[in-house]
Amino acid sequence: MGRVVVVTSGKGGVGKTTSTAAIGAALAKGGQYVCVVDFDVGLRNLDLILGAERRVVYDFINVANGEAKLSQALIRDRRVETLYLLAASQTRDKDALSEEGVARVIGELREMFDWIICDSPAGIERGATLAMRHADQAIVVTNPEVSSVRDSDRIIGLLDSKTLMAERGERMEKHLLLTRYDAGRAARGEMLGVDDVLDILSIPLLGIIPESDEVLRASNLGAPVTLNEAVSAPARAYLDACRRLMGESVPMVIPGQKKPFFSRLFGRRAA
Amino acid sequence: MTLHPRQQQAISFRGRSLLAFVLTPRAPVAAWLAEMDAWLDRSPGFFNAKPVMLEISGLTISAEAYRAMIGDLARRNLRVMAVEGAAPEHLGDDLPPLVTSGRPASATALLDQTARPDPQAEARPEAKPASLVIDANVRSGQSICFPEGDVTVVGAVASGAEVIAGGSIHIYGALRGRAMAGVSGAPGARIFCKKLHAEFLSIGGAYRTAEHMGSLEGRAIHARLDGADMHIVVLE
Repeated sequence: MGRVVVVTSGKGGVGKTTSTAAIGAALAKGGQYVCVVDFDVGLRNLDLILGAERRVVYDFINVANGEAKLSQALIRDRRVETLYLLAASQTRDKDALSEEGVARVIGELREMFDWIICDSPAGIERGATLAMRHADQAIVVTNPEVSSVRDSDRIIGLLDSKTLMAERGERMEKHLLLTRYDAGRAARGEMLGVDDVLDILSIPLLGIIPESDEVLRASNLGAPVTLNEAVSAPARAYLDACRRLMGESVPMVIPGQKKPFFSRLFGRRAA
Repeated sequence: MTLHPRQQQAISFRGRSLLAFVLTPRAPVAAWLAEMDAWLDRSPGFFNAKPVMLEISGLTISAEAYRAMIGDLARRNLRVMAVEGAAPEHLGDDLPPLVTSGRPASATALLDQTARPDPQAEARPEAKPASLVIDANVRSGQSICFPEGDVTVVGAVASGAEVIAGGSIHIYGALRGRAMAGVSGAPGARIFCKKLHAEFLSIGGAYRTAEHMGSLEGRAIHARLDGADMHIVVLE
């Protein structure tokens, strides 16, 4: 029975889709069966980041409305055999997704995959609430700036009230993924520090992804950074985040912070 | 001949579910009734105006004895509205109807539901808690409104969140949003917080915005009304 993870943020442009692709690819490379699902109906991007934009025949809406079978709509990645994509429709809008259709598709995906990673659209409207509705856990993607942090706070409130888990009275596991972290700007006080963000959001930290050209370059090439430049700093940060998601305890490295040898030896987690 | 259009919905059917007390008489019935009498002596009028049912599947009783028991219960002001597990000889035009598919429920739920004026309760003031405790962060966009009394938040109140209380507000964490105390007209209401980063504070009609917090930013504070003005004191 697969785990459903929603990647969400509230604010747009913080790196939800990039992170979905990077984490999905990293998990799949580790041998897990992974399906990444694009919930951004009308503004789909995940197919581009995965380099599958010309292979989309049937999409999520077709499957949810019963016009196509799930197996017809799933696109297998050409580089990693256990990574699949369920693309969103570019021509429809978010109202085209029905609650029952989404529930049925997610139920089918749970039977087939170890991980179902849902890329949420920005905002707090229907598309975003549908993406989080069936999730078992959430990755909240946040940039170290006040507007992103406050939007993430709002999303955490919704995760605690609008999801099926919340309605069953259970508490959803939430992880913070801090992206586009610029150590230099944080040190100069132009960005919020890691501690400030953790203090405000008070959910455990999954990883810190440094701001980097490699991420942008990989996205434009249609390859997740964890596949394209697997030894780069952001790729290593994503791989560490995946290991934490799998339950491993990996010491947290704050980009740009050179720790003395002893504290590195006895390093502790940031959250 | 005139045609009368059929009147739609002249009779309407509706479903209703309710909780009822279920009594389970045991043999010998006389002893059970005596026990019931003793119990009713201690709590007179307990069953007044409450739905009561019988469960007799485990009871071997003749039709006459059953009819007599119903009469005995009626003399104790126990009107049996229905019966579960009855044999065919226990049913009749003048006897309680058979019901099935009832589900168990706790008797306390029923007591709460049929809040009946019992002399003791009338003497006591209403035992409604005038305090709301929230064991979590109040997230951006959430609004906690409790005009009945005090609000305690064990956690932070985020920027863009608000807490509105009829009484005082206690925040054991950072207050980055808005806090409005004493909205039901309690001039004695106060606001306490561990770390002040508030957008807005108000008590009754008096208020303070973020620009006018000055040196209090980030401190533990206590705000109260001083006449018509808000007075904020640092707690150490």
